[in-house]
Amino acid sequence: MAENNNNTGEREPAKNQSSPDSTEHTSTKDISRRTVLKAFAGIPVAGILGYEWFKKINYDKNKKDRIARELGLDKMEFPVSDYGKDAKRDTLRIGIIGFGRRAEQLSAGLGFMHPDEVKKRENNNTLISWLEQEDLHVAITGICDVFDLHAERGLTVANNSVRHGASKLSVKQYRTYQDMLADESIDAVIISTPDHHHASMAIDAVKAGKHVYLEKSVAHTEEELNELYRTVKESSIVFQLGHQITQSTVFKQAKEIIGKNVLGKITLIETTSNRNTAEGAWIRHLDSNGNPKPGDLKSIDWERWLGNAPYVPFTIDRYYNWTKWFAYDTGLIGQLFTHEFDAVNQLLRIGIPQSVSSSGGIYYWKDNREIPDSLHCVFEYPHKDLTLLYSGNLASSRSRGRVFMGHDASMELGNNIKITVDRNSTQYKKGIDSGLIDTGSPMLTYNPGAGQIDAVTSASEKYYADRGLTNTVINGKQIDVTHLHLREWLDCIRENKTPSANIEVAYEEGIACLMAHRSYLEKRQVFWDEVNRKIV
Amino acid sequence: MINEKKYTKAQLIFLLVLRFVIGWHVLYEGISKVMNPQWTSANFLQESQGILSGFSGWILSNSSLLSIVDFLNIWGLVLIGLGLIFGFLFKPAAIAGSVLIFIYYLSVPPLVGYEYTLPSDGSNLVINRTLIEAVALFGLALFPTNEVFGLDYFISSRQKGTLQHGRK
Repeated sequence: MAENNNNTGEREPAKNQSSPDSTEHTSTKDISRRTVLKAFAGIPVAGILGYEWFKKINYDKNKKDRIARELGLDKMEFPVSDYGKDAKRDTLRIGIIGFGRRAEQLSAGLGFMHPDEVKKRENNNTLISWLEQEDLHVAITGICDVFDLHAERGLTVANNSVRHGASKLSVKQYRTYQDMLADESIDAVIISTPDHHHASMAIDAVKAGKHVYLEKSVAHTEEELNELYRTVKESSIVFQLGHQITQSTVFKQAKEIIGKNVLGKITLIETTSNRNTAEGAWIRHLDSNGNPKPGDLKSIDWERWLGNAPYVPFTIDRYYNWTKWFAYDTGLIGQLFTHEFDAVNQLLRIGIPQSVSSSGGIYYWKDNREIPDSLHCVFEYPHKDLTLLYSGNLASSRSRGRVFMGHDASMELGNNIKITVDRNSTQYKKGIDSGLIDTGSPMLTYNPGAGQIDAVTSASEKYYADRGLTNTVINGKQIDVTHLHLREWLDCIRENKTPSANIEVAYEEGIACLMAHRSYLEKRQVFWDEVNRKIV
Repeated sequence: MINEKKYTKAQLIFLLVLRFVIGWHVLYEGISKVMNPQWTSANFLQESQGILSGFSGWILSNSSLLSIVDFLNIWGLVLIGLGLIFGFLFKPAAIAGSVLIFIYYLSVPPLVGYEYTLPSDGSNLVINRTLIEAVALFGLALFPTNEVFGLDYFISSRQKGTLQHGRK
């Protein structure tokens, strides 16, 4: 037996560990010294593991510190969110103009959901995150839509008080949005109609003294945009443009990263839209069985739907697929590039470009559309030494991401952040030469939703290591970003502050989009006349 | 009751070494997760294919269930690892460990036609190291060394001593 102990090489530590015991027990002759040695054979193994573990902790910490220091992230301050600190507040009464698909999402963000949707989410287990959403202390008290079916659905949604704390105030349907604006009992409005109504409705709402949450795009013409800008500036209402992606915590981290000059001088930003479905190409008039969706001239006030747009006869195609025509919006630019511009502008505040040139065409979806399905725009910012590229395509879903290219590193920003150091970087030359920084793969990634990879087998521990920027979503919960954007707007109304997608950034975005649109239509480079503040 | 006389010295050493290396591995997998508060089994479960994919999906769909699974997994690994190394409740630890690791295997088995986005360790066809570890651990439960080396031995011999001498 003693031989076995020797062979496993564990005699000495075991002896030390168990000596008090063995002394006691040897005297009683209950258990021999040999027994004790054998009993504690695991201790030296655990000891070596502990020692190696300690070594690893030090090594990792050291390496992480060095990389963080090298990238300038060692003094990074993560924004601490005050989310979920519920305070007693007066209920704000909201009216919703245009109750289509987007309005349902916005209502859910406010805390109201259709019973069918509640059931659906209950069945696929996504209801909990919505129920856990912070109470915004609002009531949807007004609904207005030219389509009876949508208005009725809106009433049902607004009346649904599944969530604890949802208001019991009654909901009123208004025949026209002007009627709603004239009603003193409405504090604020959400405008989620087709785009050609946006600016004029928002102008009227501001004039009526209502706070405005306006879905993008902000305006269809330059004149409207200028008038909206002036009207909001002269008022004291809180204006928020409907974007949501920058509410994600990754954007707040990205802002810190750019602020720390981790990327070096950024001269090129590439943004893209990549879709490849009929739905994504705005063909939405058929239900899942291939039958036309409901709606006719009896249930839809077509003239009111057209508004100031030129008269055309009603068709289901036009009603549901309005995005396809220039009379109602600007296609890829207004529907998708707006989000890209907002993302970049919130991070870098690039403002209005000096020039834009766009080109593209209808190359795949050869239906009756006017809008291009492949569109590419170059926005020049010579005063900022920067080019912003946009490339949208509706016939390939290959993900091309959104990339900020700096001299020292590039950052891909989507649902997560990936930073790859440039192999010719000046700032990180020492780190690259010493082998500390690998330029072949992302150096740092930040993903708020996910942690590390599991499983005993994981070869991926190293793969996921050094992700020094990990953080949870908000208090570990998945939170809807639209809800956060609405929340910001409501907080600003209550505290008389300016929200992130305020009229200034909305104006910059509106001008950039209108320039891109004009460039496509006129097949020439268009410029921004800084002095006269107009597109030329 | 197994005693060392049933094994040759070489057999006993081999069994002990196998016990220690698997114990080490399992314990460190547990420790590394304890040390990383961000860790969650969600990524692993998302990859799941085959017979346990429905089960994985069910866990993922419920955040409180996921946190329970994470907790049990982390501390299960730590306790099993400690049990193996110290020879404490060795047989239950070895069997539980074998089952747990087998579940990992079944969640992402390297069967023909199953493709995973996360990088895999080595070249695997049906059999991978996870399965080998599960099988080896099960084997250890069948050839227990805890009654020769480990706290279980200490406890059982104390009990025997108490019986024989009528003390304590």
